[in-house]
Amino acid sequence: MKKILLSFGMLAVAAFSSAQQDATREVLERLALAARAEQAGLLEELAALGDPYIKDFVGAWRTGEVFSYEVSEDETIALRRVSERYIRVATGESFEVADEEDERLKKIRPSRKLRRALKTITDTIDLSSPDAKTRIEAALKLGLSQNTDYLEVLRKKLEIEEDAKVRLKLEEAINISLLANAPDDAALSAAIERLGELKSLPARDGIAGIQDRAAEAGDEALVETCASAIEKIDAARRTIERWGNLVRGLSTGSVLLIVAFGLAITFGLMGIINMAHGEFIAIGGYTCFVVQNLFADAFGVQSAAYQWFFWTSLPVAFLVAGAVGFGLEKGMFRFLYKRPLESLLATWGLSMIMQQLFRLKFGAANVQVNTPDALIGSLEVGGVALSYTRIFVIAFAGVVVLMTWILLSKTNLGLYIRSVMQNRNMASSLGIPVSRVNSLTFAFGCGLAALAGAALSQIGNVGPTMGQAYIVDSFMVVVVGGVGNLLGAGLSALGIGTVDQFLQPYWGPVMGKIIVYFAIILFLQWKPGGLFPTKSRSMDD
Amino acid sequence: MKIFDTRIEFFGFIAAACVLLLVLPSMNAFFPEGSALHVSSFQISLWGKYVTYAVLAMSLNALWGYTGLLCLCQSLFFALGAYAFGMYLVLHIGVDEVYNTPLPVFMDFQGYTELPWYWAPFEWGPFAVLAAVAIPGLVAFAFGALVFRSRIKGVYFSIITQALTYALMLLFFKNNLELFGQSYILFGGNNGLNDFKEIFGADVNSAATQRWLFVASVVLMLLVYLLIAWVLKTKFGKVQQAIRDSENRIRFSGYSTTAYKLLIFTVCAMIAGAAGALYVPQVGGINANEMTPAKSLDVVVWVAFGGRGTKFGPILGAVVVSMLKSYFLRAAPDSWLIILGAIFIFTVLFMPNGLVGLPKQLKPLWKRIRNSSAPGGESPATSGS
Repeated sequence: MKKILLSFGMLAVAAFSSAQQDATREVLERLALAARAEQAGLLEELAALGDPYIKDFVGAWRTGEVFSYEVSEDETIALRRVSERYIRVATGESFEVADEEDERLKKIRPSRKLRRALKTITDTIDLSSPDAKTRIEAALKLGLSQNTDYLEVLRKKLEIEEDAKVRLKLEEAINISLLANAPDDAALSAAIERLGELKSLPARDGIAGIQDRAAEAGDEALVETCASAIEKIDAARRTIERWGNLVRGLSTGSVLLIVAFGLAITFGLMGIINMAHGEFIAIGGYTCFVVQNLFADAFGVQSAAYQWFFWTSLPVAFLVAGAVGFGLEKGMFRFLYKRPLESLLATWGLSMIMQQLFRLKFGAANVQVNTPDALIGSLEVGGVALSYTRIFVIAFAGVVVLMTWILLSKTNLGLYIRSVMQNRNMASSLGIPVSRVNSLTFAFGCGLAALAGAALSQIGNVGPTMGQAYIVDSFMVVVVGGVGNLLGAGLSALGIGTVDQFLQPYWGPVMGKIIVYFAIILFLQWKPGGLFPTKSRSMDD
Repeated sequence: MKIFDTRIEFFGFIAAACVLLLVLPSMNAFFPEGSALHVSSFQISLWGKYVTYAVLAMSLNALWGYTGLLCLCQSLFFALGAYAFGMYLVLHIGVDEVYNTPLPVFMDFQGYTELPWYWAPFEWGPFAVLAAVAIPGLVAFAFGALVFRSRIKGVYFSIITQALTYALMLLFFKNNLELFGQSYILFGGNNGLNDFKEIFGADVNSAATQRWLFVASVVLMLLVYLLIAWVLKTKFGKVQQAIRDSENRIRFSGYSTTAYKLLIFTVCAMIAGAAGALYVPQVGGINANEMTPAKSLDVVVWVAFGGRGTKFGPILGAVVVSMLKSYFLRAAPDSWLIILGAIFIFTVLFMPNGLVGLPKQLKPLWKRIRNSSAPGGESPATSGS
């Protein structure tokens, strides 16, 4: 639906722009040939048109690529030279000039005054762009230049602008420009106040500069105004940063959550510490990479089908890692049940082998997994830009959690898994196929890790050691959450991810991490079994 | 009281002490280069390194093999000891010729003109030696007190200790620590401490110094061996092993397992620190790479491969795996990690008692082979075990 609307929009724009361009071309030709007195009127006409072609033409004009040509006594036309050929400005058709030395062909040079006027027009052209985003950017750029010429243009645009968002930005731009060009103190403080209300981040430095000067001059009223405006701006900036941190923290936490879910299941069910869990994350990441390359080979990078590579690689990653996990369970982990310390060693060995295999196959450097077009860009909510990839990761984690919950609580396999978790021997004696449940559960846990890796390919790096960065954290998540408890794992993953992100601006990434770890150790003093400890009558559980 | 289990062990210990303390150093010192009996200085410092590794493995074995605490921060304590003594060494490099500074070069790069207060005491050798043992001990004591008090055990203990290693590794990779608006210079960041010149007034790289360091390492190893052998014979050692086998039973019998574990943990950290202090001058440097969780797991492999819970196993494991590593790093650098990983898995799955336990493990198999070749022998089922 969105796509259809978009293509209609593009068609409309194309039709509109070709009609508009014809008009522009004509005005441009008249301007090029006009006498000085007529120029002012034509310039105004031109400014109202706001066609990007003007920029192009003015550039050519400045470099001396525009000529006048006397076709006959009373008809002179303007020509533009484009790579050794001549084009008539008004129509855009090519025009044969037999002889370069022809006296009828004369180079037109714009006068200094005209050049300046043209520059204003070209600089402000983006203000008339049909795209609101381009208008906003142009407005801010012009405002920040604090050039008096543009102030008038901005004011005029403000009168005709209809889009509320753009109006606000225009107002902001005008006031920023006024910071340098205010006619009197009253206008200046009004501008500062307004900027404070608009929570204009780009104006902050300018206002701070004015505050300093006012403090030197002893103008206390102005200092006061500046201070309150800066305070408002800073508050807004803090909100934006806080939201940004929250989303970053939640998305990191979401990846942790998926990883920790897999760990919690294998650990809680089998008493196995899977140190190679991080390498299953890498399997996910590399699967995305391989699928991406396959798609690129099969369909070409430009094709629409290529965009599907990421969505395809999600289930593929799950299946590949699941299959590897299934095989390993049958061949190795089966012998390690209830020998957690030994399993830690064997899986560590496995992790080293897998890492080295990745390195040999894909190289030691990180590989590039592209972002599908649908996830490029960001969602703007109240001035806070939230990138689609991060939102996707959070939503994806939500889906994974939901599916895991459904699997565990609504299916037969889930019932089996829970019963084996509670009491392996009893479950076995009641006829539950324990060894098959083990294999499937382990495969599921590994598949979850790969899903985390696939999600990670959008917000982080894909490399042979990509899992290592998450493995220590995800173990902490499992310990804090309470072993084998999915709710606990969920809460602690989001908690650890977010707290980490919030500490980083104040303490730096390293100290942030260290503080988190020590906080966890202290937390375990208070709740040694984690958030939701396993209840058991056996002393040694 | 007898310390050794068997006469073989006793004579083996004496023989090892003679060879390592007398024969090897004198072969290095008194035979000229090129002589068939000469042991090169390179070999001496290489074996010195292995010996410190062996001490590290023994300290972990005391924890894991005898107390049941799989500690994944043993190489952290090793590195802390190494850093403490490395600080002494790096402060005695003298005036750097290129940068013309009496300070360690990395401090000069950071714009320091005088030594920070927490670096200053390390200029004094005895303090550095003491600190190399005390700092790991203090860290272990503080951390262990928290962890054991809340009865974190088993794999949780391993995970928590791994997190400690990881956190401190991140810290040591940094150049500066920003704390409450103050900047503190740390320990050389990525490059760590290296390029040492003198130790207690002697040239650190000379053959004689390296020989003495080797002897010191061997003495440390022998002392630690004796200590462990002795403790195992005492009541303390019995309680220690009982904690490994069933902690709750011991607790219910009225022993404070927390205090026992804390003491053992702290002492083992101090031993590891001492080994680290001897490691630094023989290897010529220390950096935060020695602190990665992977290094701690390496130590665990040495112990598991050599034989967990045996006195000699860790030494054997540390030396054999280190030799394998240096061989394969040259012969097949790409597949070294794969081989090491395979050793891990193989050891865990098929050699629960490690190299030391291998003869015993293979005995039934050997008997079966002999019996099948000799007709009329007893059935393999009744032999063995």
